[in-house]
Amino acid sequence: MQQIINFLIRYRNTLLFIILFTIAFGLTIQSHSYHKSKFISSTSFLTGGLFSVTSNIDNYFSLKAYNNRLLIENAKLKNALQQKGIDTTSINTLATDSSATIQYHYKPALVINNNYHKTNNFITLNKGKKDSIDTDMGVITDLGIVGIVQKASTNYSRVISILNKNSRINAKLKKTNHFGSLVWNTKSPNIVQLIDIPRLAPLKIGDTIVTGGRSTIFPKGILIGAIKDFQLDTNESYYTVNIKLFNDMTNIGFVNVIENKNATEIKAIEKQTNE
Amino acid sequence: MNNTITLNIVRFLSLALMQVVIFNKILLFGYINPYPYIIFILLYPIQNQPWIFLISSFMLGLTLDMFGNSGGSHAAACLLISYLRPFILENCFGLNYIHQNLKLNNAPFKQLVIYVVLMCFIHHITLFSFEVFELRYINFVLSQTLGAGIFSIATILLSLSLFRKGN
Repeated sequence: MQQIINFLIRYRNTLLFIILFTIAFGLTIQSHSYHKSKFISSTSFLTGGLFSVTSNIDNYFSLKAYNNRLLIENAKLKNALQQKGIDTTSINTLATDSSATIQYHYKPALVINNNYHKTNNFITLNKGKKDSIDTDMGVITDLGIVGIVQKASTNYSRVISILNKNSRINAKLKKTNHFGSLVWNTKSPNIVQLIDIPRLAPLKIGDTIVTGGRSTIFPKGILIGAIKDFQLDTNESYYTVNIKLFNDMTNIGFVNVIENKNATEIKAIEKQTNE
Repeated sequence: MNNTITLNIVRFLSLALMQVVIFNKILLFGYINPYPYIIFILLYPIQNQPWIFLISSFMLGLTLDMFGNSGGSHAAACLLISYLRPFILENCFGLNYIHQNLKLNNAPFKQLVIYVVLMCFIHHITLFSFEVFELRYINFVLSQTLGAGIFSIATILLSLSLFRKGN
């Protein structure tokens, strides 16, 4: 017994090192699995608060670009409204019972922290559960998709960016409905990969890729990017397609978070069938 | 003694803040960041209790992890270099560095450089391999370590020489 205590006292620093290192190792492993990486995150009061302050300053430098993007989007939406023959004055903005018929609800948020140089990139938004933003909601800009909300605290939320090697989003060709998965090979922040596109799909450089709508997260047909180049994989049965994103992932700014009103219902049904 | 504690607390907070607000956003060539916050570990008083040193380095790393969403990779890297520091000091400044009352601020420049380079590269290679955590991205780890390593060493040596006393 005496010897054990002596041993412990002698190597107490090494033991402390081993314990702390194990904790760090555990946290690292947890951060690499999609569903568990929630302990150490940037949504706390302290980190979110500091990011809010710095992004307040940062955003001044991009105001002009954001404004331009808004104007373009507004013009596009107005044109679309006109084509459908909807009179904007007749739309009552206070009509809340429309939520029963509208499946997707869009909420604005601001990016306060964005990474794109690592292999696992995350984005922090300045809105959280208080603004009814919760996990598994899609995040988009006017130009294309950004990622999926992974964790929400009261005031902030963390988004798993499409520039993350754990991200996997259902996508398809706009023209033909050939489905594949959107992944990222960590090489460039402007280019993502679409894998598992069947060999028979008619691909052409410049074709548009949109979301597939096979999950509850993104509605069908949200823009992603255009085909840059493509090649058959080693089995020669599926294409791997390089896609140039429409979004500039290095300068995102304002985003929309998509809430699917039917998500809980759909998930409940899927759970039942699984059991 | 009180003075050293205050100095180190101030150093901890200001280096962590500077790392998060400034150095994490530099992105030289689009992907290289320096990590000069490890100056805290480099300059930590040698005579102090080792366990306080280990825990405070771990906390520093964990703070950076919170801001960077990187799990425990900064914490592991910081912990490793703070554990290895006595051995590296021994190799760089000779066996009896403890008795010589070594002050890094006026240590010989060549030995200081070797010390900084060793600590930096050990830190960076642990950091990036923990951050990536997959063998097929080994090229990414190595290129990041080299790029960020050179950048960090330059930043650290510059800021150390800014606060060098005397000459």
